This record gives sequence, C-alpha cells and structure tokens, in this order.
Amino acid sequence: MEPDRNFLSSPHIRAPEDTRSVMLDVIIALLPALAFSVYYFGWRSLTLTVFTVLCCLFFEWLYRRLLKKSLTLRDLSAVVTGILLALCLPVTAPYWVAAVGAAFAILVVKQLYGGLGKNFLNPALAARAFLFSWPSVMTTWAVPMSRSSILGASADAVTGATPMTFLHAGTLPKGVELYQMLMGQRGGSLGETSALLLLLGGAYLVVRRVIPLRIPVAFLGTAALLTLLFPRGNSPLEWMLYSLMGGGMLLGAIFMATDPATSPVTAAGQWIYGALCGALTVFFRYFGAYPEGVAYAILISNASVWIIERGTFPRRFGTKRRSWKKAGAPK
Amino acid sequence: MLSPVRSFFGGVHPGGRKTATDTCPIEVLPAPARLTLPMSMHTGQACTPLVKPGDRVLLGQRIGEASGEESAHVHSPVSGAVAAVEPRLHPDGTQVLSVIIDNDFKDTPSGEIRPCADPDRLTAPEFTQLVRNAGIVGLGGSARPTHLKLASSLGKTDTVILNGAECEPYITSDHRLLLERPEEVLGGARLLREFFGVPSVIIGIGADKHDAIELLRSRLPIRHSEADVITLHTRYPQGGERQLVQTVTGRQVPPGQSPSSVGCAVFNISTAAAIYRAVVSGFPLIRRIVTVSGPGMNTPKVLDVALGTPFSALAEAAGGFAGTPGKVLMGGPMMGLVQSDLSVPVVKGTNALLALTEPRARMPSEPVCIRCGKCVAVCPMHLAPLYLYAYEQKDNLAELQKLNIADCIECGCCSYICPGRLPLVPSIRAGKQKLAEASTAGREGN
Repeated sequence: MEPDRNFLSSPHIRAPEDTRSVMLDVIIALLPALAFSVYYFGWRSLTLTVFTVLCCLFFEWLYRRLLKKSLTLRDLSAVVTGILLALCLPVTAPYWVAAVGAAFAILVVKQLYGGLGKNFLNPALAARAFLFSWPSVMTTWAVPMSRSSILGASADAVTGATPMTFLHAGTLPKGVELYQMLMGQRGGSLGETSALLLLLGGAYLVVRRVIPLRIPVAFLGTAALLTLLFPRGNSPLEWMLYSLMGGGMLLGAIFMATDPATSPVTAAGQWIYGALCGALTVFFRYFGAYPEGVAYAILISNASVWIIERGTFPRRFGTKRRSWKKAGAPK
Repeated sequence: MLSPVRSFFGGVHPGGRKTATDTCPIEVLPAPARLTLPMSMHTGQACTPLVKPGDRVLLGQRIGEASGEESAHVHSPVSGAVAAVEPRLHPDGTQVLSVIIDNDFKDTPSGEIRPCADPDRLTAPEFTQLVRNAGIVGLGGSARPTHLKLASSLGKTDTVILNGAECEPYITSDHRLLLERPEEVLGGARLLREFFGVPSVIIGIGADKHDAIELLRSRLPIRHSEADVITLHTRYPQGGERQLVQTVTGRQVPPGQSPSSVGCAVFNISTAAAIYRAVVSGFPLIRRIVTVSGPGMNTPKVLDVALGTPFSALAEAAGGFAGTPGKVLMGGPMMGLVQSDLSVPVVKGTNALLALTEPRARMPSEPVCIRCGKCVAVCPMHLAPLYLYAYEQKDNLAELQKLNIADCIECGCCSYICPGRLPLVPSIRAGKQKLAEASTAGREGN
C-alpha cells in the first residue's frame, strides 16, 4: 500500500542526482588531494586510504548484517567516511589505527545513531578525535618526499615539524613559503596539505551543488577575519594566509563541515554554523594545548546544529517578521 | 528593449522537455461519437443536470446548472441526444454524476449562444454574469469558478496578472495559444482591464517562450498600452499563483488567503482567452487546448478538443503509445494525476495528457534522508519538508501544525530534488489529511 501511494503521487519526475551520485561527487572531489598525497608521501598514502575505506565498508556491512538491516554499501557513504578519515591521518599512522578509527566512525558514530543521515557528529572527525587517545601516533609527521614504505610501521618515520607547530608557537612557519603552502609542499596529515587541490575539489562540489557555498565561506571568512584582527608575528596578512592554509582548515571547511547530516539545512543556519566553526577553530588554535583545532571546532558545531536550525527556519511565506508575542503567548 | 527576467524564492529546474510540441500548430480534434460530461469539472458544488436520457441537446446548451455560488455551469460541446445521466469515472479518480451525449455530428448551435452587442459598455455585474453563464473556471489547473474571483477581487485589485508562465515540463498549450490566437489573449486582457479599472494588465510569460513574448509585444502599442508583457524566469513553479504575485509585485500572499488580499488578481492566459470568447462571441466553455505529449506518445500534438472527449481518443490522435507507458498523467509531471482508465473525459482543468516511460523501480524501498537541505532551499513556500516528513511519520500533529504544513502548495519541488528519493509530497499530503481529521474529530468531541 505504501509504495503504491508513493507511485501514484506527484511529482512523477525526479532530479537525476541521488544519494549515491552525491557521494560519488564527494569522492571525485577528494581524488586530486589524494593523488597529490600519493606523489608527496608515497604509495603508503594510497594503501592506507584503501585500507581505511575497506575497513569502513566492512564494519558497515557487519553491523547491518548482524542487525538484519538493509545493506547500505551501495550508497557509498562508507567510502566517503573512509577516505575522509584516511585523509586526516598522518601517513605514518599504523594500519591498526586506521582500523580502530574506521570501527569507531562507522559503528559508534554512524550506525548506533541509526545510520546515514541520523548521526549528529561527523564520523570521520569523531574518529580522528577518538584516535587522539594515541597522541604520539597522531602527531608523528613524516618528512615530506621521504616516501614512507607501504608495509613498514612508523619506525622509519621522522617527526618533522609542520607549519602548525610554528603557528601554535605564534610565529610564521620557517622554511615553508606561501606558494608551498598553496601547492602542498609541507608536513601534515595525508590529505590536508595541498590548499590548491582542496579548493579545486571544493569548487567542483559547489558547481555540482553538492555542498552549499555558505558553510565554507562563513567558516573561512570568519577564520580569516579573526586571524587578521588578532595576528601574531609582524605581518597580519601572511599570518592570516598561513592560518587558513595551515593544518586541516581547508579540508575541514570544504569537506568535513559541509557533511549534510551534521550541518544545518537552513540557509541562515548554514551561515551561523560556518561562522561558529571558523571562530572555534581560531579559538582552539590560539588557546588550546594542541596546535590544531579544526576537528574539535567542527564537532562542537555539529552538536549545536539542532539548536541553530530550530532558530533559523525560514520566515513563514506571506508573513512579516515573526511575532514573538503571538507565537509564545501562553493560552 | 531588454526587460529584467523576474523570479521568486526557491523552485527547481526540471527541464522544459517542450520541444516535442512547441512548434506543433494547434490541431482541432473533431468531437467523438459519445461524450461524457461530468457535472463537476470545477472546485465547489457539483452541478445539477438539466437534461434527462432521451433529451435532445444543442451545441452550447446548458446541461448542468451551477448549484450555489461556488459552482460552474456545464454546456454541451456538440448537438445530439442524451444517452444517460449516471455516475462515471472522473480523471480525479472518483465517480461523478455525468451526462453522456451521443453526437449527431450536426453541431446545431443553441439559441443560448448570443454575441455581446457592445462588450465595452458592460457593467461589472453584467460582465461577471456573462463569465458565470459561460461556465468559465481557472484553466491553468485550479478549475476554480472564475466569476468568484471576479466578484471577490473587484474593488480591491490594483494589479491584474495574466499567467503565461506554463512552467510544467512538456506542456505547450498556453504557448501555442499565445502564438496562434494572441488576439484572444489580448482581448481578454483588455476586458479584464476595463472590469478592474486598472491602467494596464501585466502578462507574464516564461522566458522559454521568447517567440510568444515578441509576438505579443509587437501587437501592443508602444505607449498607453492596455497590457505589459513581462518575461518570467523559466523556473518551476513560476506559474503558481503565489509565486507569480511575488515575482511581479514583490508581495507575498498571507497564509490561507487569496491574491486579492494583496491587491492582485491572477488569471491564466487561456482563462483570459475563454473570457474573451464568452463575452464577445457568446460561446460558453466547451472546448480547450490539451498538450498530448511525453516520451511514451508516438506523435506528440497540441489539440483543441471538446470537453467530454475520452483520453483514449486524444492518445489515438497522437499516434498512440510507444509501447506500454509507465504512467499516463493528466497534467504536468510535477503535479499531474495518474490515470489508470483512459475512458475518462477531458474536463475543464485538463491542460495535458502525458505518457511517461519512467520505470517504477527507481524508487528505493527504504528512502533515507541525508539532511542535505535541498528541500528547504527549493520550497517556494518557505517550509522545511524534511521535518514535515519526519513528523508525519511519527504522527506528531502538533509539530506539523507548528511548521505550517497547511501552507504547502504540493508543487513537488522537494520530492523532485531529494537525492534520498523521499516521498515528501505524499507524506505531507497525508499529514494535512491527518490534521484535518484530527480537527474534525476535535470539533465533534466538543
């Protein structure tokens, strides 16, 4: 009876985009950054990413199978989570760390809350935050172009300073020019280094209408404004640019904060949410113990989505401003 | 001269898909041997039949008398004999009392058809009465008796808008009407201008119909024109009454009210043409233009057909179906009604008969909302369809009311755009139903 009602009901045509094609677009948008990572950090980037994706798919399949729910691997959302999680790991991270992260992301953050669209935290980011239970693993950065071996553990990795280390100390990064930040020739997580390629992916998603432009613009705009107003070092502009391109700011603003399930659906809400992400990121970077703050900023903003959304429903068509007196009057 | 392309909030681009018929001249389809005329082809009360089986009827003769104010007369499109007066299937899926007429193919006109001697001298009540006598209803699909709109808007209207947006995919009925019978549309515009006493009538036409826009403009004097032709964005649902008012005047019609509450009166261009024919030549509404198209139709056409003609005759005139159609619709793909029985007749609100080939299997068994927010972005009524859906599933009527579910115009933008393929429109419709039932139950309880 139910499907019949839906078959008979208008509209009788649908836009070509479905959940699977949306996820596929996200994957396509992430490929340039991933490809650069393979070039820059070596094949281990690819094997680690593929491994993480396979883990995510496995855990999603396992959970749905054990609980006798419909299988959802075809919607590709687990693949997106896997790639995003891998992209915010250091290339030196051991495979078991990726597996633990994938399990946490898929089982705890996503499926326990009801699966796709029901989770209130971004699975990849929540898993990254969870993996900071092993801080040494998460902050061991490979020296660029050292081409970490595919199978070797982190033994041959060298702890190199990333631009974030300098920024956290309040100075402009040494030995990394702005153009190198743009291209991605700097230390950091697997997929966060190339600002240019991340922006390229973001542009693709905006053109394909997969993500609303509002969230990254509000996120980066707020962060830009705050770093410009409260610079450290002697060049506010340079400080701002290094801050925007440093760490996971772009990866977060373009790919993590825009996760539809964990961002507001209203236009005004998207502006507020993006601005909150940007402000919290700068706050954590300035006053936090860790150099990086993007993940925690987005996770806290994720948790505020419900309240932001409730406050920003579009004004009822044909009414002027919302009349609080009328709406809130006790009967 | 370039004029700005105007628009409204929200909406989608389902694609025009109009090329199959936008260059097809209107073909007059001869009336069939047997016609079925439902006594309800309008909103409000059904008509009372004025004829009984065996009666002889003439072309244009009134065969159904409007009962009450919100009702519209029904006239015979042919001359012939009444075969039966009995309930028959209506395109809306219900059984409706109908007059069945056997055509004698003589088209003997009734004496009721009297051209108006001096249309420019008509008083407002006379004009309204003429429109009422002709059984004219909103031909864009609303099927609301037009005399009601005339009566309720008179004296409070500063903007009269003719709706030529025709934003539903496939449909080109209004487009062809504009191209082939512009004098009827402009004549209707002039009559409505006189009636409302406004300086000029605004004719809004979708930007995809640029040839019609140019033609109409070329027919208008440059100064002191009786009508302004404006270009509308080709976005769906531009032809929605509220969206058109918003586009043209920037005014938003308050919830639950009609455009007259913001000083606007909106008529479809085909309604205006029908008014012109009724007033000038005295012809009641007995024919209309129907686009017969869709990927499942062999030779798509634009037909001028008699009301009461079965859909099967239209499909036949368009070369029949290419294979087994997935769905046959009356109306456009965004808001049309699925038809299971092609013996049902063309009614006053039938602007199109479409055959779609869309396979049924594309709908997922378990649709999942990923909260992308596209439904909110496209909703022209500023609603949050994903929440309406969620609360309908949970039967949370209080929240449905709070989120203004009654404002939904069921345009279908949300369902169209949803990547999770959620059945948003059927769910919202069910939610409205539940609320209505609850309020009836509440009243009965008191």
